[in-house]
Amino acid sequence: MSTQTSQETEEAEVESGQAEPHSPHQDRRMQERASKEERRQRLNDERTRESEETVEIKVFRYDPEVEAKQEPRFDTFHVPFEKGMTVLDAVMYARDHHDSSLTFRHSCRQAICGSDAFFINGRQRLGCQTQIAELDTPVRIEPLPHQEVVKDLVVDMDSFYEQMEAVEPYFQTEEKPDGELEEQRQSRENREKIKMGTRCIWCASCMSSCNIAAGDDSYLGPAAISMAYRFAMDEREGDEMKDHRLRLIEQEHGVWRCQTQFSCTNVCPKDIPLTEHIQELKREAVKKNLKFW
Amino acid sequence: MYEHDVLVVGAGGAGLRAAIAAHEEGADVALVTKLHPVRSHTGAAEGGINAALREGDSWQDHAYDTMKGSDYLGDAPAIETLCQDSPQETIQLENWGMPFSREEDGRMSQRPFGGLSFPRTTYAGAETGHHLLHTLYQQVVKRGIEVYDEWYVSRLAVTEDPDPEKRQCHGVVGYDVQTGEVAGFRARDGVILATGGPGQVYDHTTNAVSNTGDGPAMAYRAGVPMEDMEFIQFHPTTLPSTGVLISEGVRGEGGILYNEKGERFMFEHGYASNSGELASRDVVARAELTEVNEGRGINDEYVHLDMRHLGEERIIDRLENILHLAGDFEGVDGLVEPMPVKPGQHYAMGGIETDENGETLVSGLYAVGECACASVHGANRLGGNALPELIVFGARAGRHAAGTDLGEAIIETGRTEDTEIGEVDTPVAPGAIHADDEAVADGGSDVDDSESRRDATRSDGGDPRSEGASVIPEPDEVVDRAVQAENRRVDHLMEKEDGVQQAELREKLQKTMTQNVNVFRTEEGLKQALRDIREVREQYQDVYVDDPSRTFNTDLQQTIEMRNLIDTAEAITLGALARDEFRGAHWRQEYQERRDEKWLKHTLLSWNDGTPELWFKPVILEGEDKTYEPKIRSY
Repeated sequence: MSTQTSQETEEAEVESGQAEPHSPHQDRRMQERASKEERRQRLNDERTRESEETVEIKVFRYDPEVEAKQEPRFDTFHVPFEKGMTVLDAVMYARDHHDSSLTFRHSCRQAICGSDAFFINGRQRLGCQTQIAELDTPVRIEPLPHQEVVKDLVVDMDSFYEQMEAVEPYFQTEEKPDGELEEQRQSRENREKIKMGTRCIWCASCMSSCNIAAGDDSYLGPAAISMAYRFAMDEREGDEMKDHRLRLIEQEHGVWRCQTQFSCTNVCPKDIPLTEHIQELKREAVKKNLKFW
Repeated sequence: MYEHDVLVVGAGGAGLRAAIAAHEEGADVALVTKLHPVRSHTGAAEGGINAALREGDSWQDHAYDTMKGSDYLGDAPAIETLCQDSPQETIQLENWGMPFSREEDGRMSQRPFGGLSFPRTTYAGAETGHHLLHTLYQQVVKRGIEVYDEWYVSRLAVTEDPDPEKRQCHGVVGYDVQTGEVAGFRARDGVILATGGPGQVYDHTTNAVSNTGDGPAMAYRAGVPMEDMEFIQFHPTTLPSTGVLISEGVRGEGGILYNEKGERFMFEHGYASNSGELASRDVVARAELTEVNEGRGINDEYVHLDMRHLGEERIIDRLENILHLAGDFEGVDGLVEPMPVKPGQHYAMGGIETDENGETLVSGLYAVGECACASVHGANRLGGNALPELIVFGARAGRHAAGTDLGEAIIETGRTEDTEIGEVDTPVAPGAIHADDEAVADGGSDVDDSESRRDATRSDGGDPRSEGASVIPEPDEVVDRAVQAENRRVDHLMEKEDGVQQAELREKLQKTMTQNVNVFRTEEGLKQALRDIREVREQYQDVYVDDPSRTFNTDLQQTIEMRNLIDTAEAITLGALARDEFRGAHWRQEYQERRDEKWLKHTLLSWNDGTPELWFKPVILEGEDKTYEPKIRSY
C-alpha cells in the first residue's frame, strides 16, 4: 500500500515473530484508491512541513489481509511537534491526518489502562507516557517483541492473559469476618509490602523484555509471578493459602526459570520491582521446602 | 449466535459488578466489551468511594450531602439507595481483597472530599479506581464468567412497537475487533449496558479515548429517553496540556489553589468562604475560569494547585500517583513546584433513564454506571460518589436481571401523568436527516427493522411508529435482523470509496462542544453548537472507512463510534438550550439564578419520528422518612 510520498519502505528488522502471511487477498479498491490517497497525503504533508517544526516517526506496518502490507515494513510519518507531545500523540496524529489504517491499541492516555505498550527506540515503553522530546529521532515505533503481531502495532495478548490467570489472581481466604460490615483488617506495613505488586496494569512490557519468556512459552513470566507475590504476601490470606500459592509458582516453568537479568524491572512503566518479587518468592519457596526436610 | 441469560455490555466497574451479581444469582452471564476488562476507564478513577462506615457518620448524612450537592436535581429514592447500599458494597470490595489504604488499627482509611460533611471517602492511594477495577476483574476470573473481550457492541436488538414501553430487548449485535466478524448475542433474561461516559464529545477531557457514549446513543435510538444530558461535570483540576486528572484527593489532603497573584482565591475572592478549595466541583471550576477570564490566570489559561506544604512523606503515602502524572504528563515535580490545573470535562451526570434497579422503560434493558441516569448526581456529582454508584447499581441491576425480586421501584421510567412536553427554539432541525436507503452510514434505528420498512424510503432514524407491528417476532429473529442491519451498515461503510473520514468530523464536533457547551454557556453559543452538530451529522452521511482490512479495523470502529458522539453531543446541547436557569454544573449567561419554580424537573429527550422530542418529569424530593427541601447551596 503506497500511502505517502514521505513514506519509505524498509526491510523489517524487528526480532519479533510475525504471523505467517495469509493467502493473498486481492483488493481492487485498494489499487484504485492509491493515487487519490497519495495526492491527499502529499498535500497534508506539504502543509505540515511548511508551517511547523515536525518530528519524524518510523512505524512498523503489517496486515495479513492486505496484500501491500503482508510484507512487514516501516512507514515514515512527519508530524507537527508540540511541547509535551508523547509518542501516542504522534501516532494518533499520523493516523488521524495521514493514514487512517494505522492501527494500535490505546485508551486512557494516562498510563493506567496499559494498552499502548510499544517497542520504542529499542525499548518497551507506554506510548502515552513517553515524551517525544526525550527520544532520539527519527523515533522508531514497533510492536512488542516476542508476541505475535496481529496488525501494525497490535500484538496478540492471549498468552499473556493466560499466564496472568494461571496464578489464581484473586483473593482467597477461609477466614471471613463475622459481621456484614466488618473489614478484614490489614496492617499498614503489610499493605505497603504488597503495594507495588498491586500496581500492575497488565501492559506486558516485562514479558516482552524477558529473554527467558522469549524462549519458553510456558514460563509464567514476571507479571504473573509478581501477581502471585501480591497475594502470597497478603497477610489476610493465611498460611495454608500461601503454601498453595508457593506451590503454584515453584513449578517447572515458575520462579526458578528467572535468571535475574532485571530486564523486566528496567522496563516496567509502573516501577514495580519485579525481579525483587521473584527473588523473594524463590527464598520463600526454599524456606517452605526446608520445613519438610 | 451466542446465547446467555444475562449479557453485560462494557466491563468497567459497573459492568463487572453487575456480572458478578447476576452470576451469584445463578444466571449464565457473559461480558461483552470493546476493551479487555482491565483496560476499562474505571481504572483511571483516583479519588475514592463515599461510604458511611464510621461512628459519627450515617447514610442519612451522606444522602443529605448528595442531595444538596446535586442542587436538588437528584431523585431521593435513588440517592437514598446509593447511600444505604454503599457501606456494604464497599466492605464487599475489601473482603474481595481490594488493597485500600489503612489506618493504624488496620481498618480502611477515609478522607474529606468536596461537599461532604464527614470525611467518608474511602480510598486506595490516589489510584482507587485501578484497584477497584482489578479487584472486580479478579472476581470475574475466579468465577469463570465468560468475557468476550475486544468485541464492540454496535447495535441493540429490540422489538418493533410503536410504543417504546412495549418494546423488548432480546440481545445485541457485536463485532469482533480482531477478525471483523459481526455476530448476534441473544440474552434470555436481560441486557445490561455499562458502557461508561461520553467524554470524547469534548477535546479537553479526563475521559479515555474509548469513552464515546455508545450505550446512551444505542439506547436512545432504541426508544429509551436520555435524561439530564445538559449536566456535564467539569473537573476543576486537570492538567492543561492533556486533560489528565489530578485527583480531588489533593485538595482533600489540604492542597491549595492560587491565582497568578499568589492569592488563595477561593477564599480571597469569596467563591466559597467556608469550604474554600473543598467546595463542590462546579463551584471550584467556575471560580478558576472566572479568575482566568478576569486576567488573574497564569498564562491566561490555568491556576496553580500547590501540595508542597503537605510534605513528602504524606504525598508519597497518599498521593504518589499524582507525582507521576504531573511529572510524566506536564513535566512538573509536585514536590518542589505547584501544578498547573484547569477545568476539563470529566463526567456526565445525565444518561440513559433508569429506575433505582437499573431498569429502563424497554423491558429486558438495563443501564448502570456513568452511561445511566438513575439520577443520583442530579445537576452536580460530588467527588467520591461515582465509584459507589458503580458497585451499588451494578449489583442491583445484575440481581434484578437474573430474576431476583428487589421490590417495586419508586422511580417511574417513561411517560406518566406528571410529564409535560417541552419546546425549545432551535436554529436548525436536530436529529435524523432524510436520506435514501443506501445511506445507511447514519446507523439507523436500533429497533428491529422489518423488510417491508426497509424497502420504503424512510428517515434513517427509523420511525417505529410509522407502521404497526403486526406479528411479534421470535427473539432469535429479532437478533438475526439486527445482525443483518448491522452487516448492511458495515458493508456500506467499507464499500464506499470516497467521502469524508471520521477523524475530521470528530475534531469538528469536539471543537464546537468545547467552545460552546463548556462551563459557561450562552444561548448564542449553544445555538452555534447545534448548527455545527447538524453540519457534522449531514457530513456523516458521506463518511467512509479507508482501511480495507477486516482485521483489527479501528478506522471502522471509530466511524461507528462517531455516530454515537453526534447523537450524544446533540442531546447535551439541546438539554442545555432548553434549561434556561443556572443549576449545578449548568451555568447560563442569560439566567444566573436557580429557578426552582420552573426547573425542579428532569429534562428528557426521546428519539421519536427520527428527531429528538423534549419532555420533562418532576424531581422526586420525597425520601423514605423525609422530604428534602431545596436550599441555597453555600459552602
